[in-house]
Amino acid sequence: MSSLPSRVVAFVVLTLFGVAASAADLTVSAAASLTNAFRELAPLFEAAQPGTRVQFNFAASGALLQQIAKGAPVDVFASADEETMDQAQTQGLVKASERRYFASNSLVLIVPNGSTNPPSALADLNRPTYRRVAIGVPASVPVGRYTKSVLESAGLWGAVEPKMIGAQSVRQALDYVARAEVDAGFVYATDAALMPDKVKVALTVPTPSRILYPVAPIAGAAQSALAERFVAFLLSPAARPVLARFGFGKP
Amino acid sequence: MDSAWIALGLTLKVAGWATALNLLLGVGIGFAMARWRFPGRDAVDAVLTLPMVMPPTVLGYYLLVLIGTHGPIGAWLLNRFGIRMIFTWQAAVIAAAVVSFPLVFKSARAAFENVDPQLEEAARILGLREVAIFFRVSLPLAWRGILAGLLLSFARALGEFGATLMVAGSIPGKTQTLSIAVYEAVQAGQDDTANFLVLVTSLACVCVLLTAGRLVPGHVSPRR
Repeated sequence: MSSLPSRVVAFVVLTLFGVAASAADLTVSAAASLTNAFRELAPLFEAAQPGTRVQFNFAASGALLQQIAKGAPVDVFASADEETMDQAQTQGLVKASERRYFASNSLVLIVPNGSTNPPSALADLNRPTYRRVAIGVPASVPVGRYTKSVLESAGLWGAVEPKMIGAQSVRQALDYVARAEVDAGFVYATDAALMPDKVKVALTVPTPSRILYPVAPIAGAAQSALAERFVAFLLSPAARPVLARFGFGKP
Repeated sequence: MDSAWIALGLTLKVAGWATALNLLLGVGIGFAMARWRFPGRDAVDAVLTLPMVMPPTVLGYYLLVLIGTHGPIGAWLLNRFGIRMIFTWQAAVIAAAVVSFPLVFKSARAAFENVDPQLEEAARILGLREVAIFFRVSLPLAWRGILAGLLLSFARALGEFGATLMVAGSIPGKTQTLSIAVYEAVQAGQDDTANFLVLVTSLACVCVLLTAGRLVPGHVSPRR
């Protein structure tokens, strides 16, 4: 390497393709609603498994599934509903035998903090004062699917759908309500609890089936053994208090 | 697949209005910057060019803060006119216009600077008023350069994603432009829809480029 151009090329190639060495990097794709809880759990897991670094990828469960289906190098997948995990299982993306439920949640209707006369029942969303309602896009966001099924069983979907402002994830729906760009929104109880100064829970919405969070290691993952240990960790007594503190219920 | 045509129509509408807005603002401000010298002109030029280099999400955030219900402009609009800008196609137009403004502004300024001032001086001596000089001398001479900038601006507005998603959301038929529709289709695993949308978008872009080639003739042949 005597000439400058060769040195420049070598530098660029090494920078782009050189990998920082780490004993073990565990990549976890988790539903957006798990952001805060998982960020707190990571140091606990890293302490129990020295030399490990946990890397997170948070997004709507549907979006995460698409990434994994198209080959994203992920080791663990934690989704916010069973349907997305079922799809992952059908496509052979996860180790079905290692699939476990580790938490549960509930659906709430929230309004911006300054809003007067909050709804006391779902049917109140019919009122003309509710012009925009933030709901996760049902095709890819679990909280949107739960919301749609609840509204459909209540016969309200036809009236509410035209008012729907689609959110790409539950956290975006939360953000829309926190900024008061919408009149109401559907998020999980755990998300609403993160912004008590900006949003208030108008009512807890019962869902036809429990909101359960499944987790599973990815089939053929680079860090198979570590992935299984992470799943076991989520179910262990060490993780329970952290999840509970954020409002996640037992599975 | 109907959604693809709706998204295409909406994308053309948003890009069209954004380009029209940039035509007025870009040409006007480009002319002013080309002709008037004032202290701090370079700084103003840099600020006006910023939207071209800033990440669209940063721009989207600035816009959200400004025209959101709690923002200075948004609150005024809400209180005075009862208008909520966020999640409307007008917000999509503003986002597209802001990101593509520098393209028209820069081209217009360069085009006006290339107009020989002696021609304008001659018109002045012959008795034309300033406004008439602008429309009958400066603008026709600068027109080719401005048009090139407008076409680039239209193409940029067609593809705008980050800022639009932040201030206009993704409401099918109202603010879901082609690029946002592709994003959502991929997220939902609807590859067929995504493929069709991408095809429609690519064809639209090719049409824009072909039109550009027709309206703005290429370089003068060196053999002439």
